[in-house]
Amino acid sequence: MEAVLFFVAAIGALGGAIGVVAMRNPFYSVLALIIHLFSLAALFLLLTAAFIAAAQVVVYAGAVMVLYVFVVAYVGGGGESAWEPIPGQRFLAPLLGIALFVELSIAVLSSALLALETEGPDVGSGFGNPAAIGHLLLEKFLVPFEASSILLMLAAVGAIVLANRKREGEAA
Amino acid sequence: MNISWYIVLSSLLFATGAVGILIRRSPMVILLCLELMLNAGNLALVAFSRMVGNQEGQVFALVVMVVAACEVVVGLGLIVAIFRRKLPLDVDDLRTLRG
Repeated sequence: MEAVLFFVAAIGALGGAIGVVAMRNPFYSVLALIIHLFSLAALFLLLTAAFIAAAQVVVYAGAVMVLYVFVVAYVGGGGESAWEPIPGQRFLAPLLGIALFVELSIAVLSSALLALETEGPDVGSGFGNPAAIGHLLLEKFLVPFEASSILLMLAAVGAIVLANRKREGEAA
Repeated sequence: MNISWYIVLSSLLFATGAVGILIRRSPMVILLCLELMLNAGNLALVAFSRMVGNQEGQVFALVVMVVAACEVVVGLGLIVAIFRRKLPLDVDDLRTLRG
């Protein structure tokens, strides 16, 4: 059962990722990324990371993707021109991608991490639930937690400054 | 499922995102491919945290999500600013800094 769920979620995640890369229209790319994010949330659940899965669905597939959809609707999804500045870019890039995949796989799988071939130690039902993650965030990792909140605020202010600047001769 | 399956899937997703960044020219789709790579990193973090039975990797994955959200917000702000200046939304046309 777990294997079936893993392969369904893995195919969803991979299909979504390929859809993001292959779709001509940016709007369809965003939709493919939403499929990818939901499949990834299922994988997080299989890895007993319930809180991360919930945050993935609520924050990513909810909030961040709505932002993307708004910007795609504002900018308009024009197709890309077929002109290639580097000859053979479309054929060389997948080769480089395959090389990167092989390299990463060799680097991880040939390492001395013997626990890679196990399913991990037995953990209780409390592993990765919101209470446990909350304790870690507010006790052990309080300073990184506050630093990331400051970072979010800086990014929000920066985005407003970038996108809201009025110049001469501009109506809105 | 063995943890190695998750790691292989994560490197496959990372390579897919890297290919997308190499072949796409719309800055919006490049941002989406960056999201793919960050999410692949998140999957590896959560898988390794399950492998050692320690929840601290999951906290790190949350921080990665925060950083990804910041990157999206600033990137989309830049795209909107480029669009308002009526410049082309194509990374091969926007190469004034290339020298």
